[in-house]
Amino acid sequence: MAINWYKYASPASFYSLAGRMIPFFAILAFGLLVAGLYIGFFVAPTDFQQGEAYRIIFIHVPAAWMSMFLYVVMALWAGIGLAFNTRLSSMMATAIAPTGAMFTFVALWTGSLWGKPMWGTWWVWDARLTSELILLFLYIGFMSLQAAIDDPRRADKAGAIIALVGVINIPIIYFSVQWWNTLHQGASVSVTQAPTMASTMLTGMMVMVFAAWMYAIAVILKRVRVIILERERHTAWVSELNERGAL
Amino acid sequence: MLQGSDLACVRGDRNLFKAVNFILKDGGLMQVNGPNGSGKTSLLRILCGLSAPAAGKITWNGKSVRTLGEAYYSELVYIGHLSGTKDDLTALENLRISSAFSGENISEHQAVEALVDMGLGGREHLPAKVLSQGQRRRVALARLLVSKAKLWILDEPLAALDVSAIQLVKNLLERHLKENGMIVMTTHQDIDMTAASIVQLQLT
Amino acid sequence: MFFWIVQRDLLLAMRRRSDVLTTLFFFVIVVSLFPLSVGPEMNMLRMMAPGVVWVAALLASMLSLGRLFSNDYLDGTLEQMLLSSQSLSILVLGKALAHWLVTGVPLVLMAPVLGIQYDLPVDALFVLTTSLLLGTPVLSLIGAIGAALTLGLRGGGVLVSLLVLPLYIPVLIFGAGSVEADMAGLDYDAHLSLLGAFLLVSIVFAPWAAASSLRVSME
Repeated sequence: MAINWYKYASPASFYSLAGRMIPFFAILAFGLLVAGLYIGFFVAPTDFQQGEAYRIIFIHVPAAWMSMFLYVVMALWAGIGLAFNTRLSSMMATAIAPTGAMFTFVALWTGSLWGKPMWGTWWVWDARLTSELILLFLYIGFMSLQAAIDDPRRADKAGAIIALVGVINIPIIYFSVQWWNTLHQGASVSVTQAPTMASTMLTGMMVMVFAAWMYAIAVILKRVRVIILERERHTAWVSELNERGAL
Repeated sequence: MLQGSDLACVRGDRNLFKAVNFILKDGGLMQVNGPNGSGKTSLLRILCGLSAPAAGKITWNGKSVRTLGEAYYSELVYIGHLSGTKDDLTALENLRISSAFSGENISEHQAVEALVDMGLGGREHLPAKVLSQGQRRRVALARLLVSKAKLWILDEPLAALDVSAIQLVKNLLERHLKENGMIVMTTHQDIDMTAASIVQLQLT
Repeated sequence: MFFWIVQRDLLLAMRRRSDVLTTLFFFVIVVSLFPLSVGPEMNMLRMMAPGVVWVAALLASMLSLGRLFSNDYLDGTLEQMLLSSQSLSILVLGKALAHWLVTGVPLVLMAPVLGIQYDLPVDALFVLTTSLLLGTPVLSLIGAIGAALTLGLRGGGVLVSLLVLPLYIPVLIFGAGSVEADMAGLDYDAHLSLLGAFLLVSIVFAPWAAASSLRVSME
């Protein structure tokens, strides 16, 4: 079956495609979230070392994974937009940034909530937390740069460059922070999870990861639709939509 | 040969112009006319390759200027309405450095000669900040005297110039056209130029 | 062409010496504020010195980034540079080198004096100066990308700090880390080698990224 994928590279057709996909992903996200939280809070056993507090990983770990993954995806879309001058890819990058930053913030916040009972302090200059914080700075930089530029085409391209520079730097930053951490703290605290994880814990966490994925896709598609409308507000197809009252 | 086909330019939400077509041959002059805000400067910047047109393309001898890049820039002199003269440098330094940017290393002697020709004799060693608007414009235009580039793109070259300087520049432009050079320019002054071919491009 | 641009920027800096001195004095003042805020206890100051000097160098270098392209942008010279028949990356490299010679080198030369204020031992002073010598050019190169991206934007000065400071972190860690390693009696070669590696990588990639950013910003 030959599907003409290029058709969906045009903002107009992607707008309607995204509109049809959002309910699907939103429902999936909601269903998985309920299932994941149920497994996480009622089915999964209490951890013998960490007690009930460990249950925050059902939110923390998916958020942390998403935060890193979304940055790479964002840079990828932005890079495609820069290389092939495809507007839709750049819009995707712009739409991903707030969600990525939100997950980064959630990861930091839940990490600190977890740190209080575990380490007795809200904040530890642990290598992973510190890298996560720097990731938040990178997201903020990307969003502020795009917000400061009025011309959308310049905003797309400038954002792409800073996202790509950031993506090249993430391994270097992560490695530097690891080194810095071992130099200063030695093995005083360790964030590694207990080596054996009950299988229900793992299931719960994976379900939550999928929920986070579906949520991210739904929200990003929604945001892309808004960005498409904003950028294309002077085109014929948008005014047609408007006349039909479909907005 | 410089050719533009179906050029369009969008600034923010506004369509400045669309479907602009022209062909400029050796020894030809193209005058871009239009009221303020009609996109004259935008068009010239697009012709230089500084910005990309919203639609259409520009070719230099059949090849797209965006892909030619530096090979195109070496055949081009652009003098915009910001003349690119540094306040803290002398007229002489300004001229030598701006020529160096376009890959032409000129000697001090050549530079002094060009400045004298532009009526700036005796002021070569003054910093640009003490020169008047017209004199700074002359420093910028002196680049044309030492340039070997084929295509000149000039944004309001006659602005701020007095009558004698206008005559000077007019002669300079006509000499360049006679030597098979090409000129694209905007101007609000009425000047009669003689050229092998003259294209009038009207933007609204 | 490369030498033309370096020469020109140095000439311009010489005619505006006050700009150069402002950056240097900023560096000196920031470093001198720390003892006033945390107290004159020598042991603590000695421990803080590498970090304080490095952070101040970061800030000083960052504050001077605004001048890297904006003057040329305002008077139209930057347009001429973009239309140069030479590669724009080489031009950017030249400008970054000039920026480093004007802002980075004075910091490097001043650092030992400030280190003495913090009672650093002689070999730590040496490591501090070497690490700054290797690290400050990286700051100028990475900063060029940020300066190019924020060209002509409202609030560009603050924005550039958001963009480049996170990218400066590896340099900060290994720069300050080398001095701390030395004071702890450890080997600091690895830190300096890594700083050298950062320098090489940024010489290769940063001018290219900054050149693309300039083209984007000038459209």
